[in-house]
Amino acid sequence: MSKYTEDDLKKELETQEYEYGFYTDIESDTFPKGLNEDIVRAISKKKNEPEWMTEWRLDAFRIWESMEEPEWANVNYKKPNFQDIAYYSAPKAADPNKTLDDVDPELLETFKKLGISIDEQKRLSGVAVDIVVDSVSVATTFKETLAEKGILFMPISEAIQEHPELVKKYMGTVVPKTDNFYAALNSAVFTDGSFCYIPKGVKCPMELSTYFRINEGGTGQFERTLVIADESSYVSYLEGCTAPSRDENQLHAAVVELIALDDAEIKYSTVQNWFPGDKDGKGGVFNFVTKRGICHTNSKISWTQVETGSAVTWKYPSCVLKGNNSVGEFYSIAVTNNYQQADTGTKMIHLGKNTKSTIISKGISAGKSQNSYRGLVQIGSRAENARNFSQCDSLLMGNKCGAHTFPYIESKNKSAKIEHEATTSKIGEDQLFYCNQRGIDTEKAIALIVNGFSKEVLNKLPMEFAVEAQKLLEISLEGSVG
Amino acid sequence: MIQIKNIHAGIEDKSILNGINLDVKAGEVHAIMGPNGSGKSTLSSVIAGNETYEVSEGDILLDNESILELSPDERAHKGVFMSFQYPVEIPGVSTTNFVKTAINEKRKAQGLEDLPAKDMLKLIREKSELLEMDRKFLSRSLNEGFSGGEKKRNEIFQMAMLEPKLAILDETDSGLDIDALKIVANGVNKLRNKDNAVIVITHYQRLLDYIVPDFVHVLHNGKIVKSGGKELALELEAKGYDWLK
Repeated sequence: MSKYTEDDLKKELETQEYEYGFYTDIESDTFPKGLNEDIVRAISKKKNEPEWMTEWRLDAFRIWESMEEPEWANVNYKKPNFQDIAYYSAPKAADPNKTLDDVDPELLETFKKLGISIDEQKRLSGVAVDIVVDSVSVATTFKETLAEKGILFMPISEAIQEHPELVKKYMGTVVPKTDNFYAALNSAVFTDGSFCYIPKGVKCPMELSTYFRINEGGTGQFERTLVIADESSYVSYLEGCTAPSRDENQLHAAVVELIALDDAEIKYSTVQNWFPGDKDGKGGVFNFVTKRGICHTNSKISWTQVETGSAVTWKYPSCVLKGNNSVGEFYSIAVTNNYQQADTGTKMIHLGKNTKSTIISKGISAGKSQNSYRGLVQIGSRAENARNFSQCDSLLMGNKCGAHTFPYIESKNKSAKIEHEATTSKIGEDQLFYCNQRGIDTEKAIALIVNGFSKEVLNKLPMEFAVEAQKLLEISLEGSVG
Repeated sequence: MIQIKNIHAGIEDKSILNGINLDVKAGEVHAIMGPNGSGKSTLSSVIAGNETYEVSEGDILLDNESILELSPDERAHKGVFMSFQYPVEIPGVSTTNFVKTAINEKRKAQGLEDLPAKDMLKLIREKSELLEMDRKFLSRSLNEGFSGGEKKRNEIFQMAMLEPKLAILDETDSGLDIDALKIVANGVNKLRNKDNAVIVITHYQRLLDYIVPDFVHVLHNGKIVKSGGKELALELEAKGYDWLK
């Protein structure tokens, strides 16, 4: 009898290969390994940056030098040697002045493998894409269409040149250089990322999208994203990540800052699929990311994330609800398999009156992985009638994984209403047999059950992203390669 | 259609079925009755291919081919359907989505394309009308918060959608009041035809007032101890099972 037990399933999960684990042979222009003031200066020079930016970086570097790597997260890993990382790597063929047609064909092939057909996207879906490979933005599509509305969407390095007033005004205001160890590091060495500005009253007519990919071995990726939604504007922003499989751990330390001015709305969606390491826990990306948004009066920020990759994830997309009546939302699916470790969640800081926040977190653990939700809900003394609702659900597969929930609640205002719900469940043999009996094989059954479990969050993603996310969930958990 | 030949099966060292023989032809309805612990549910699980049970001897043929080596999903693709005594809940997955997946997986196994959405909707409408079901119910998460009657009706709806060759109704009457029982039985009767067969597993005879069997078999200690026509069910109702032991 072709008995398909949980053990077989586990074996299959362990032996599956990372689908995006190819390496593109593009000539790269990489800095020597190591970090010091000279390297910081060199990065700034390479980017042809103005003096104020160089100084900003150097200041961040000095702050970073005085800081220690945090250890409070529920993750164990060998700390990266920061002197053994190359802090700049640009595919040589990429020239920011080139159009998409001039981009290295091999690079375009890479995108094809990732399932990103730029042409298709350009023509059909109305998604503007900025693609960051290693450290440099390769192509920003749709720039002109956006420009007609006054929307700025470009690599951040370009924004520093072309719109220094905006960058100067907002960069580091939500995530200051001193915020934490990785944010300080990022501030010193960030090499690219995306910049987006939506003018007053403008509803961005298309989804804006950035794809990040680490290609070169031994390099870190430190991108910085800054999204500013001016008064009464709206933007939906998508971010996707992949990296080839490598034996060594690669470091990714990004900073994302969102600014929603009065009556503005920002939706920020991420599908994170960095290489998670192999079945023995070798290799994989260390993903230490600081994402935070500030909400002014009547504004709204929604974070939606699907996290399936990375060996170690340390990430808490947060909202500072500064303005009265502002709204913060966090919808998350975090999948861990094999030896992956994730410590992820959010912070909702209620400062203004009548502020509202919603947290829906879905953790799925398989293999020997550890999956933690860590969330802070903080109500300030002036935040009258603040409301929060949190729901944290965990789904376990097998007996060797772990799910943990660490909710922190701090309220300084008696009128606050805070609700927290949590559940833990396991995919049962009886559920699988029921599906099998209806002709649905075990792989498909798991996908179905996982999708059902994650539905509330998947529904928050823009359509084309939801399909990709669903596929990713299946790949991460089922062993179906391709 | 299905031939069960001298099946011996059990869990680990405990034997539950001790040589079952049963021959069900197309168009027939067979009832399997018996006291608790006689092996009724084990028999349905073994036919469906539940791997909790180990088959140590015997064979099961579907259309003259052994299905013993096939996995539960492969058996389902060949037309075996089981209505569960305790249907499981799958949160976040609607009945519609579930049935759609099941149908398309079966089609895939047969080398067919997915059923176009339009045809799927038509089929759903047709079958839900046949079973007098409120379609709103189909968009709810599968079996989550369903009453006993709703769960069983949902099972029969899935059966209607999948149009199996062989349907095994495992204690479909348990937990149903008389009205729900009638609706479910009615549904099954509407789905009967000369090409399919039904095995009704039940403890009580009352379901058999509505789904009238051609043959009744009494199971005891994992063996069929008596077979007969529909009147056997009435006799059992009157006398109980003790006289057969």
